[in-house]
Amino acid sequence: MGILSLLIFLPIVGALVALATRKAEAAKWVALITSIVVFVVSLVVYSDFNAASNGYQLVEQVPWVITPGLYFTYFVGVDGMSMMLVLLTTFLMLVTILGTWNSINRSVPGFMALLMLLETGMLGVFCSLDLFLFYVMWEIILIPMYFIIGVWGGKRRIYSAVKFFIYTMAGSLIMLVAIIWLGIEAGHVTGHFTTDLTKLMAVSQKLPIDVQHYLFLAFALSFAIKVPIFPLHTWLPDAHVEAPTAGSVILAGVLLKMGTYGLIRFCLGLFPQASFDYSTLFSVLGVIGIIYGALVSMVQTDVKKLIAYSSVAHMGFIVLGIFSMTREGFQGALIQMINHGLSTGMLFMMFGMMYDRRHTREIKEYGGLAKMVPLYATFFGIAVFSSVGLPGLNGFIGEYLTMMGAYYSPVLNTWSYAVWSASGVILAAVYLLWMYQRFAFGLPAGAHPVSAHGAEHPVEQDTHGHHTPDLNWREIVAVVPIVAFMLWIGIQPMSFMKMSEKTMYQMSDDLLKMKQGGMTTQTSMNQNTSAQKAPMYTAVMPKTTSFTSK
Amino acid sequence: MTDLIPFIVLVPLAAFVINLFFGSKMKGSTAGWIATIAVFISFFITAGIFFEMMGRPAEERPIHFVMLDWIHVGRVQVNLAYLIDQLSIIFMLVITGVGAFIHLYSIAYMKGDRGFWRFFVYLNLFIVMMLQLVMADNYLLTFLGWEGVGLCSYLLIGFWYDEDKNNNAAKKAFIVNRIGDFGFLVAMGAMLYQFGSLNYLDVLGSGNNMVDGVRHAGLALGMGSGATIITIITLMLFLGCTGKSAQIPLYVWLPDAMAGPTPVSALIHAATMVTSGIFLVARSNILFALAPTTLAVVAAVGAVTAIFAAMIGIFQNDIKKVLAYSTVSQLGYMFLALGVGSFTAGVFHVVTHAFFKACLFLGSGAVILAMHHEQDMQKMGGLKKYLPITFGTFFIATLAIAGIPPFAGFFSKDEILWQAFSHGSMVLWLIGAIAALMTAFYMFRAVFLTFYGKERFDTHHHTPHEVDWKMWLPLVVLAILSTAGGFLGMPSVFGAGNVFEQWLEPVVGKGTEIAMTAGVAESPALEWALMGVSVAIALFGILLAMRFYKSRTTLAKQEAQLGAAYQLMHNKFYVDEIYDKGIVQPLYSISKNFLWQIIDVRVIDGIVNGLAKIAEIGSGSIRRIQTGIAQNYAVLIVVGLFVVVGYLVMF
Repeated sequence: MGILSLLIFLPIVGALVALATRKAEAAKWVALITSIVVFVVSLVVYSDFNAASNGYQLVEQVPWVITPGLYFTYFVGVDGMSMMLVLLTTFLMLVTILGTWNSINRSVPGFMALLMLLETGMLGVFCSLDLFLFYVMWEIILIPMYFIIGVWGGKRRIYSAVKFFIYTMAGSLIMLVAIIWLGIEAGHVTGHFTTDLTKLMAVSQKLPIDVQHYLFLAFALSFAIKVPIFPLHTWLPDAHVEAPTAGSVILAGVLLKMGTYGLIRFCLGLFPQASFDYSTLFSVLGVIGIIYGALVSMVQTDVKKLIAYSSVAHMGFIVLGIFSMTREGFQGALIQMINHGLSTGMLFMMFGMMYDRRHTREIKEYGGLAKMVPLYATFFGIAVFSSVGLPGLNGFIGEYLTMMGAYYSPVLNTWSYAVWSASGVILAAVYLLWMYQRFAFGLPAGAHPVSAHGAEHPVEQDTHGHHTPDLNWREIVAVVPIVAFMLWIGIQPMSFMKMSEKTMYQMSDDLLKMKQGGMTTQTSMNQNTSAQKAPMYTAVMPKTTSFTSK
Repeated sequence: MTDLIPFIVLVPLAAFVINLFFGSKMKGSTAGWIATIAVFISFFITAGIFFEMMGRPAEERPIHFVMLDWIHVGRVQVNLAYLIDQLSIIFMLVITGVGAFIHLYSIAYMKGDRGFWRFFVYLNLFIVMMLQLVMADNYLLTFLGWEGVGLCSYLLIGFWYDEDKNNNAAKKAFIVNRIGDFGFLVAMGAMLYQFGSLNYLDVLGSGNNMVDGVRHAGLALGMGSGATIITIITLMLFLGCTGKSAQIPLYVWLPDAMAGPTPVSALIHAATMVTSGIFLVARSNILFALAPTTLAVVAAVGAVTAIFAAMIGIFQNDIKKVLAYSTVSQLGYMFLALGVGSFTAGVFHVVTHAFFKACLFLGSGAVILAMHHEQDMQKMGGLKKYLPITFGTFFIATLAIAGIPPFAGFFSKDEILWQAFSHGSMVLWLIGAIAALMTAFYMFRAVFLTFYGKERFDTHHHTPHEVDWKMWLPLVVLAILSTAGGFLGMPSVFGAGNVFEQWLEPVVGKGTEIAMTAGVAESPALEWALMGVSVAIALFGILLAMRFYKSRTTLAKQEAQLGAAYQLMHNKFYVDEIYDKGIVQPLYSISKNFLWQIIDVRVIDGIVNGLAKIAEIGSGSIRRIQTGIAQNYAVLIVVGLFVVVGYLVMF
């Protein structure tokens, strides 16, 4: 058994042990220790991973279902893109368990086991190189998430859980059809039905273009629901609002990235021509998501709903970056996936900590937290500014690179997406700062200002006279590493982005080369525009544009 | 000395970190002293580098210093690196010099405040970020500083966060600035598209090549390929400047920003941060020079802002609001100078303005403290005898801003007016001159209302006291600079060369030369004459203020007799209300009532739930077939049989 398989299946062992303990406290410790071990194993994977070389690494392929005519293998491996997401998954799972230690009060062993099962599914999704295996892992995730929302959720948990399940299921069934179709087509070439990604790559692009379009759309629909891309996003606010904190963190932090990961790996990877053809549609939807998500987020009165809609906006940047297909766009989209995982994950986690203390999600019930719980308010503020995209913190790097990628993408061929998406930068400040102001500043809800100057006014208690304790050590230990990564990515992003540079550059260069090649057969007008925008896969930077040459 | 460059930033950064982690535990004023000493150290290093630079020939003065690598993805290749040249060193001296004295002042001003240490944490962070802004060797690092100072501004305006008024002002400042940042971002994208780089040396170097190209081809400015894109880049950069430097239409945040503690108003909202826009234009001078359209816009916006803000300033009664509008107005002058191509005059006014406006704000802080946090000038009066040092320094700074020779403001403002006349137009000069008249009037109105006349407060219970040395020392230093600072940039008609202009020549020379195409022939006589006119104007403004406010003080009640004009100016032309009704509320209402309630809840979820409903109803009715009664099934089987057989027979 290779190290990747160890990584993927270790959490299941933890899940079984957690179930076996039957005691809340013990199950938590099992989950915590498992997640620590898994995180360490993922670091070992990273140390074995060679960022300087291309293609899939640490590959394991063993026959799985082999019959005449069927050829499924257990096939896993990582490249720069999946490596990053694997590390995000193991890291977030660890801090989530630590940060939500006391949030769940009933059937704790079951909850912890489901979380562990979820981790296996997520790691499996990011490492699978066989579409059948990928599909199994993709579906495995639905089950624990369905129960996490449906059993441990809030008042409308059943509605939300079913909505989440059906939405996702509808998409993934169509994807299954596409996978089978592709497998059969591969059968015509290789002699047996196969879903091996590396073999499908050779097959998919030779299909008739309309078939490529259908298959692209089938995959894209499934991923678009997961991201979620406007207008397929309405399951997200409901799911987030009802899910317990750990569920929200993992949902926002990792699960949404499965959608964008799938878009790059499968939609763009298998059907580049169709991706070019639909790039306008997806970029438009991405930009709509950025603006629409921000505007709707602005008017929310429920903190979790507000953060949920902000995810729609943030994920829009990733979609835009992906369909720009430039180096900046790809690298920006990937780092934005990490950043969104950290910042939105932290926002949900920190809000969960406050929810455990105060049991309300309404913004108007809060206020004055900066004075009551200064440490909490400070960390929450850092997460807010990370989400706002303040330069120096992580959020900026991703948003900025995706925008720059979209700016001169030869695929999109217009500035307008980048310019529109830049307006999201304004709106992010509006809804997040307004929320933070009502949440942390001012006086506690219902309190009356005593002195005009206010500086000496004691507001350590809320209006009901309840004492709200500040962060405890366990919570500090959970949030400090996230903040450390936020600063680290903000100031030295290359120490992370080097990991995926080779992979993402290669993908972008291949796609753009193909796009440019395809251009020559098209109308001369298109040729002109592509010629003006210097191809970015050339290693040499165009330094200056000569003024007189044209 | 060059080896010490990192410490200019690292020392305040270290103080920031120390105070952040241990500040709350420190006793007395320790946190304040740590922060202050750090900025003084920064200032001394900067001064050392400055003198070293002076000793070198002009072309060897710029220093390029790489700290860390930063982002290297595709075309975006930028480092955390510094470009210290004649332009940035001036800003660095102002930031650390004026900044250090304001830190010192703050130790006394913020004494006893619950958030004393927190205040200095923010202030140090501000210094670090402001230095990034001006020292950066690329636009992206400047943008980091640009947003970083915005963050500090946000935190400091809302420093007393119990009051919603302060929080609203803070939020407004950040968001309005973000509208400007949108422009900055778009400009950076276009720049990357056009030049393939964000580094100043590459971009401005390409700009220089384009200038040569224009000359070589004998083209007029603003012609040829690439000209449109340069215009877009510069216009978008300027949109960023209107946010940070509070110009029309984005000036509205600055007056509200006075909600922050007064030292903040002095440092951030007068002396340093708000001049970032001038820095950016001066830094990119070659690009602006290539875009005559943008330059015209800059000059027009600057001139209109100068007079518009001055008009609002006339009838404000809050001493800090008067200073805030005067800052907006003075920034307008600076942009006017930049717009007519005189980048030197713009930067020079930044420097003198930093001296006298910081002095004015700190003076107003002393007054406010002495009056127990009363800011309404109608409740002051006669403070001259209680606060002699504050009065003296405030008076000197007011003379400087009014443009009375030989104080600093005279030289810089007169230079701007002269440039506006000789390289701009008669109209620009006229607007500037009228604004100067208003400035002299409303500033002396403030002086008379505050320091002269009878006390309009309860003198029995409360005698104002002159402030602590930590507060008056910075006032005196700034007053001296407001007096003497102007001689640095004495116009050449005075005989000696303009030292300031010669210093900046290597950075802005080419841009100035290109931008100032048309111009009145240099005529010393005309220049002397205009100088006389502007002094006369300033004196007239002062006399007018004296007439109304010195002895028999005119207050709001009498002013209100002016009718509509008074109402309009006193209420700031209702711009905030227009923005609120025209933009903020419609956006909120559309988002809530249409996007969320209709699109999201009704349409999308309606379809989703509708599909589920159809499935439910459909399966519900089909389910009824399964009745469990064998006879029904038998009937169905027979019917089915007939259908199948019938189908086979017929086709």
